[in-house]
Amino acid sequence: MSWDRIVVDVVGLALIAFIVWFFWLVKAKGVKAAVSSAGYQEQMVLVKGGYTPDIIVVERGKPVRLNFVRQESASCSEMVLLPAFNKSATLPEGQTVAVEFLPTEPGEYEFACQMGMFRGRLIVEP
Amino acid sequence: MPIPSLTTGVGNDAAGSARVELPVAGLTCPSCVRALESALRAVPGVARATVNLATRRAFVEYDPKKAGLAEIHEAIKTAGYRAGTATARFAIQGMTCASCVTKIEQALGSTAGVLSASVRVGTEEAVVEYLPSVTDLAAVKSAVSSAGYGVADAPAPMSPSAVDAESQAREREYRTLMRQWWFGAAVGTFTMIMSYPWLFPGLRDVFPRESHRLWWMWAFMGVASLAVILYSGRHFFTGAREALKHRSANMHTLIALGTGVAWVYSSIVLLFPGIFPSSEFLDVYYDVTVVVIALVDLGLAMELRAKGRTSEAIKKLIGLQAKTARVVRDGAELDIPVEEVLVGDIVVVRPGEKIPVDGEIVEGASAIDESMVTGESLPVEKRVGDEVIGATINKTGAFRFRATKVGKDTALANIIRMVQDAQGSKVPVQRIVDVVSGYFTPAVAILAILGFMIWYTFGPAPALVYALIVAVTTLIIACPCALGMATPMSLTTGVGLGALNGILIRSGEALQTAQKLQTIILDKTGTITHGKPVLTDVLVTGGRREEELLRLTGAVERSSEHPLAAAIVEGATTRGLALPVVETFNAIPGHGIEARVEGHAVLVGNLKLMHDRKITLGDLEAHATRLADEGKTPMYVAIDGGAAGIVAVADTVKEDSKDAIQALKRMGLEVVMMTGDNERTGKAIARQVGIERVLAEVLPQDKAFNVQKLQLEGKHVGMVGDGINDAPALAQADVGFAIGTGTDVAIAASDVTLIKGSLRGVVLAIQISRATMRNVYQNLVGAFVYNVLGLPVALGILYPFLGILLSPLLAALAMSFSSVTVIANANRLKRWKPRLASEVLA
Repeated sequence: MSWDRIVVDVVGLALIAFIVWFFWLVKAKGVKAAVSSAGYQEQMVLVKGGYTPDIIVVERGKPVRLNFVRQESASCSEMVLLPAFNKSATLPEGQTVAVEFLPTEPGEYEFACQMGMFRGRLIVEP
Repeated sequence: MPIPSLTTGVGNDAAGSARVELPVAGLTCPSCVRALESALRAVPGVARATVNLATRRAFVEYDPKKAGLAEIHEAIKTAGYRAGTATARFAIQGMTCASCVTKIEQALGSTAGVLSASVRVGTEEAVVEYLPSVTDLAAVKSAVSSAGYGVADAPAPMSPSAVDAESQAREREYRTLMRQWWFGAAVGTFTMIMSYPWLFPGLRDVFPRESHRLWWMWAFMGVASLAVILYSGRHFFTGAREALKHRSANMHTLIALGTGVAWVYSSIVLLFPGIFPSSEFLDVYYDVTVVVIALVDLGLAMELRAKGRTSEAIKKLIGLQAKTARVVRDGAELDIPVEEVLVGDIVVVRPGEKIPVDGEIVEGASAIDESMVTGESLPVEKRVGDEVIGATINKTGAFRFRATKVGKDTALANIIRMVQDAQGSKVPVQRIVDVVSGYFTPAVAILAILGFMIWYTFGPAPALVYALIVAVTTLIIACPCALGMATPMSLTTGVGLGALNGILIRSGEALQTAQKLQTIILDKTGTITHGKPVLTDVLVTGGRREEELLRLTGAVERSSEHPLAAAIVEGATTRGLALPVVETFNAIPGHGIEARVEGHAVLVGNLKLMHDRKITLGDLEAHATRLADEGKTPMYVAIDGGAAGIVAVADTVKEDSKDAIQALKRMGLEVVMMTGDNERTGKAIARQVGIERVLAEVLPQDKAFNVQKLQLEGKHVGMVGDGINDAPALAQADVGFAIGTGTDVAIAASDVTLIKGSLRGVVLAIQISRATMRNVYQNLVGAFVYNVLGLPVALGILYPFLGILLSPLLAALAMSFSSVTVIANANRLKRWKPRLASEVLA
């Protein structure tokens, strides 16, 4: 095998390893939602190429209010779904849309756009 | 309008007493009037209280020094009625401190007619309960602004204007994408031709290989394609960057990578040709970059169009809302925006007009077209006391009604919200897709790298070129979008389809389970039957006339409180009989009634009563048995000591129950009837509608248990019943179908709500569920197969055998088409038509 092939294969394998590590192995830390004076666990979520923050940690048994602000026009992100709570909302560009629900069971729940291009996780702590 | 203050009340006189007029809901019987009057008089400070049953209003005269509206309101509430109050929620601006709360609350509290006010700092809004008969929203708001704060209405989330804004945003997005496509297409056509000048006789000589002229042409193409990347393809690159920030990858990542790699390679060839060992590497692929970007843009634009059609149903629903209402205020009719209609307002509706909000007719009658909400195509006759639903259309007569539900509480608003939530839910099969698509995009990138390595290591010469093409094609052909859109698009269409037919499907899960059902349990009363007994038979004996018998029986029964009595009274009055006054009346529990009417001694009751009074019944007994076998309740009537006849009442079967049950059976479902009645009555009804299996004498609390018993037979069980009484059974069933009526659609917390109280809805719901799930599977299989076949071909698996290697341009075309196909297939669902008993094949 000539040297250039070895270089290509080594670089290729390194890239694959990087992809595996970057997308699957790194566990990002979540953001803990703040409790507002109204008793809601509130979190602002920016919708732009994804959800920021995309991991939100809340407590069980307290109502949660996620305020989504969409700052892009790609049609994929015009809806956000929280299937576990049977909630969804359309997000007009530039407006803040609140989604409220009550997490009763601890666990990890997903929120995502309709096609699943953008994903975020809601971690309900016991 | 002058605003009366709380301390002085309305229309106070010199003596210092105040009078107020309050609408009261829940007043149904004459005895309620007395109860409420005494409850009001018991309030300290109230001098006089009269309640008018016809107008459902209470007039209270009170001493404002001793009593306030709040106390009076409280008295009405504790007596078990509801004062016609309105609740308004609006946003408050300029709240900077916690003390603002008390200030605003005080300002609101001292406004006449305001019963309670609470201000929330967190959401910066006020919730005010007030009496619309005393004050109005404008006065409430002016109290806030005079306290020094700004008032803004809470935005209506589902107003037609919001929909307009949304479709405008889509239109803008569409136009942008089309502009991007046209620019890309124009540059693309040019680059495609100029990338292969040797294929074109005229160009071959102008741009020979390795000529300076060709190099300059390439350089020009490089700049032009960079312009395409910056203009038409920018969103892929920014999207990819944003996704990477979130450690995720999506379609944008793949397109950006594919086109980016092609562009960078071409530019290296252009600028540093020296680093390549031989001239066979010296080709540019700017056409790949440009054409792929253009085609994907076009695909996205088409997707957007198709998606707009998918959610047409919800737009239709939202568009149904009326914009204005004509209400009576201070005796004058005035047109106001529908948002300002308050509970308790009297609304005037003329023929041909849209009914703005939910309410109850107080004057007039008409035929109303409710098809837009219930799916029922025939107009429904309505008269005083009947419920009207907002957004339905008044056909023939003029009438006035009292608004009972407004704004987000109306039936239509609830329907819209339920449909939106359902469309946003997930079909359980989607979970597999979610797992797959979580790994999909990075996996495609890995595949592309592997493909590059394999082709570079083992591929034919020039290996680098082949490897590059394979990698780029792989990145571009993969279509995570088709996979991601497969179920949501069908679900949105299916749920919308249901809504347009008066069927509210709560979630994707309900939709998926409904097609698996094997057994349907139907509650008898109110589901198969009307749930309201009516007079069915009048038999006479001893030479009596039917009318006379019914007139006397009706008169006697009018004094009775038995539920069946009302059916006889109504039967008599609808036949136009004037019922005489009863002279004496005696109810004999468990037996019947004896009374004296127009000098006759009248006995109405069961066999036991007749035996006790030694009345010879003759062949009436046989008739009674026959009637009972038909599921009716016969009652003997004796006049002046001799048998006179029988009146029978029964709960009658709804017109289309039989048809619907037949359709269910033909669809392969087992149909079971459940009833609290005895076996004989139950069987009689079952025979009429063609049901073989009857669960009779089921106590209300045992209904859920009986559903479970059927489930233990290993069947998927659907339960159809009314949403309130049968709630536990509906919850126990795999799919609960609640028969909703009129405006109470929201209270039924079941999987499927049938707005029109007909069993036909169950048939349609199951058909829609089957059609939608078939569509979902088609889409899923299509998307999976596309990716599973497309990726290996892109990787060049066919090359060793057939010498076929996919061009990245074809890959882009295929990718765009696959996602458009998914949406087009989902839209195909809209052509679904209900099939009824006669059309369902055995």
